[in-house]
Amino acid sequence: MEKRLLTLTVNGQEYELYINPKTLLVEAIRDHIGLTGTKRGCDTVSCGACTVMINGMSVKACSVLAMQADGARITTVEGLEVNGKLAPIQEAFLDQGAYQCGFCAPGMLMSAQALLNENPNPTEWEIREGIEGNICRCTGYNSIVRAIESVAKGKYTEVKS
Amino acid sequence: MINDFNYLKPDTLKEALAMYAEHDDCKVICGGQSLLIVMRQGMISPEYLLDIKHVTELDYIKFDKKDGLRIGATTTHREIEKFNVIKKNYPVLVSMENKLASIQVRNWGTIGGNLAHADPAGDPAPVLIALKANIRVGGAEGDRTILLEDFFVNYFETALNKGELVLEVHVPPPEPKMGAAYQKFNLLESDMGIVAAAASVTLNDKGKCKDARIVLGNAGATPKRIKRAEELLIGKAYDENLFAEAGKIASEDCEPVADIHASEEHRRHLLGVLTKRMLKKAWEKARS
Repeated sequence: MEKRLLTLTVNGQEYELYINPKTLLVEAIRDHIGLTGTKRGCDTVSCGACTVMINGMSVKACSVLAMQADGARITTVEGLEVNGKLAPIQEAFLDQGAYQCGFCAPGMLMSAQALLNENPNPTEWEIREGIEGNICRCTGYNSIVRAIESVAKGKYTEVKS
Repeated sequence: MINDFNYLKPDTLKEALAMYAEHDDCKVICGGQSLLIVMRQGMISPEYLLDIKHVTELDYIKFDKKDGLRIGATTTHREIEKFNVIKKNYPVLVSMENKLASIQVRNWGTIGGNLAHADPAGDPAPVLIALKANIRVGGAEGDRTILLEDFFVNYFETALNKGELVLEVHVPPPEPKMGAAYQKFNLLESDMGIVAAAASVTLNDKGKCKDARIVLGNAGATPKRIKRAEELLIGKAYDENLFAEAGKIASEDCEPVADIHASEEHRRHLLGVLTKRMLKKAWEKARS
């Protein structure tokens, strides 16, 4: 096995890593780059705690080889905040009590943001569909849906600016 | 824990096929949404991994009224789901994709990988077979097209020869007065189906059944056509008793196995009910 060079941009910062090609994207982000916001949950594409964006698309980083993200733009939960201020979706999660134990939150936030990027005015059903790949074992789904809804309704527009 | 492997990353299809022919003990990864799970479980540990995710030649969707629909192997589920021409001409494909796993999986997982993995619980195969799809496969020596229903040989086993990749799925043009429907039974919306049924019905000018297909998912080692029930429908008029009879045949002819999710008996019952409902739904769509 030969180590390979991987170049990727994470939250606007460029990284060059020498990695074993079997390294998963979640391992590259957490163990090599040191951004531990992204969580490792089930490791079998079920729970969604490891959700990040590759070129704006939500994926589960536990089931993507890091090498497949070569040259890509990765956004993790650490990349949501803007100029040191929490993103609207993060503020809304706080206000609505959508963080309970907090383990699913990084993945939930990424799925929520990906949904809002694609569909700024989702219905409640579309919100529930948008987070279908994320499991909250505290079962705090209603507060999470409320948080996403409140951002969609423009409650946090001034935070954005 | 994934075992070490040598990583091969071709830039073109030609290069990919050459590499695949050259290396023994080589597995192909595209989205890897199924493959990485079985690798992590230690069920397979290939010496080489051939990554075709970025072979853009196979990332396309083409539609022509005469030729039908052609989807390249590395097209993601999400691209299919979001493609308006598919929504208009093959709505059943979009509604199936919409319920396939989660958005994250559909964003990265591909149609070619899903079919090549040959999990009998996979969603696309029963629907595509109900739509009479073909699959084009090829290696360094050339390519060939086979019926998708002949592609599946056994659990996780396909008709692919050594050195062959899935290249393209071809769905014939939609026939007038044809309707299709698919439903899986599961506990979580984004789960794989405990069982599933796809049906397509084509009507003649008199509104009678000209052609029908019933394809069951997770009802045996491969997606399973229930030909005895299909034949029963030919030439008949709309009749709910007929659908119930077809459902009964489906529950007799299917070959599901029991597992932690459902007993064999329960699966047979569900497959009968789903067959009945999907035939009715497909027929109503064919009429409208």
